[in-house]
Amino acid sequence: MDNLIDIKGVTHAYRTKSGPLPVLDDLNISVPEGEFAAVVGPSGCGKSTLTRLIAGLMKPDRGEVWLHGERVTGPRKTVGMAFQNPVLLEWRTILQNVILPLEIVAPGMPRRDREARALHLLEMVGLKGFEHKRPSELSGGMRQRASLCRAIVHKPDVLIMDEPFGALDAFTREDLWQTMRDLRAAEPFTCVLITHDLRESVFLGDQVFVLSGRPARTQAVLDVTLSADRTLDILFEPAAQDMLHYLRDQIRIAQGRDGETH
Amino acid sequence: MDMLRKIAVPIAAVLIFLCLWEALVWVNQWPNYKMASPSDLPPAFWKFRHLFLEMGWQTLWRTVLGLGIAVLVGTGIGVLMGFSRIARDALYPLLVGFNAIPKATLVPVIALLFVGQHDFNTVLMAFLISFFPIAVSVGIGLSTLEPEYRDILRSLGASRMTIFWKIALPKTLPEFFGALKVSVTLAFIGTNLVEIVSPHGRGLGALFKSGETNGDYPLMFAVLIALAALGILLYYAVLVLERIFAGWAERPSG
Repeated sequence: MDNLIDIKGVTHAYRTKSGPLPVLDDLNISVPEGEFAAVVGPSGCGKSTLTRLIAGLMKPDRGEVWLHGERVTGPRKTVGMAFQNPVLLEWRTILQNVILPLEIVAPGMPRRDREARALHLLEMVGLKGFEHKRPSELSGGMRQRASLCRAIVHKPDVLIMDEPFGALDAFTREDLWQTMRDLRAAEPFTCVLITHDLRESVFLGDQVFVLSGRPARTQAVLDVTLSADRTLDILFEPAAQDMLHYLRDQIRIAQGRDGETH
Repeated sequence: MDMLRKIAVPIAAVLIFLCLWEALVWVNQWPNYKMASPSDLPPAFWKFRHLFLEMGWQTLWRTVLGLGIAVLVGTGIGVLMGFSRIARDALYPLLVGFNAIPKATLVPVIALLFVGQHDFNTVLMAFLISFFPIAVSVGIGLSTLEPEYRDILRSLGASRMTIFWKIALPKTLPEFFGALKVSVTLAFIGTNLVEIVSPHGRGLGALFKSGETNGDYPLMFAVLIALAALGILLYYAVLVLERIFAGWAERPSG
């Protein structure tokens, strides 16, 4: 199968006052088309840098990022992004917010078609009836739903998510996982999800990449061998529990606390 | 009921203020060359009603024009400072230094530079005194834009111009209007400063000056009231604009 995302030997360092700060070290990640890659790792290990590299917002010091067999040299219209902060524009309604990428990517698209596309997505994530509200009138979970719609409204090949559910409470987060699962079933896209939540990585991911502590390299890759139509209950079954234990151990190693009592 | 309160309370407050003023003058038995009382004002207004209209208009258009130029130039400088570190480092000390100069000291400088250009000098002063808050607030608003806001469009390959129009500029509007409320008052002060100081000036400031020259104290007080009224008018005009263009920044109350 073709890989949609190929990250080959990417090394990157930030220039700081006290010299270069290496964040990524010979990182390799491949994601086949249509697959969902979850990336976990200790805090500050360079996961957000990874998202910016894939999106073409930054260039790596060394190594290459390939999307669709083309080397990434700058931003491209076939990428969608969602962050922990939903970054909705307060002066636009929810509908206008979701339409925003279409204004850039498809300026010639008739207004009616744009709105129809946005409304369709909003309905899928359960925001029907809220399209004319302002972001400040919505709860955190609802705002994140709208942010997801905006990230995929232009049908990107790649959806890059940087801890999108990190600021939500546990139950809202689980709701969003299911929304994400349903969106994936309806809309084909390849996804890279950066997360701190191991349960999230197992519930949503087809593969889970564990990054080591800074500078990050690929420490372990886990194939999530669960059925595609997962329910939350699956997380309590032995197969999932084993994976979670394995990931937990890997994170501990990544944090460099292997020898500590735990 | 709510509407009634919104209108009735401020009006009642103004009436009470006028009553207290009248009482103060009456109790102290001040002659009106010491302090005119509110009851002296309507005759003064009536007597000079044509002058008030003409001079008030002069003051109004010069203030608005000066403020308009301040908005354009201030926003321009702010955009420069918001996007370029070098511009920020270079302009900041200059701006702060310039802002620290009491503008009254500039009146003779301007008067000598542009002799007899009364309209021009007045508008220039209104602009000079009022662009600073706008420049600073736009600059800060743009430079503190969270990178994620930029990234949602930049990751789609949007140009800097597009990001500016679609995100950066609207996002700084609340700060801009905050500054504009300060600037409108400053511009008004600048206009009047030149009007009062310039010989043979026009505008409400000049009318005040002529009241002083002729010993017509009720006229001087009437001008002060007219200035206050015009100031309120300008301020509320900015509020209305803010409501229209940045009303989204107001949180729903309750």
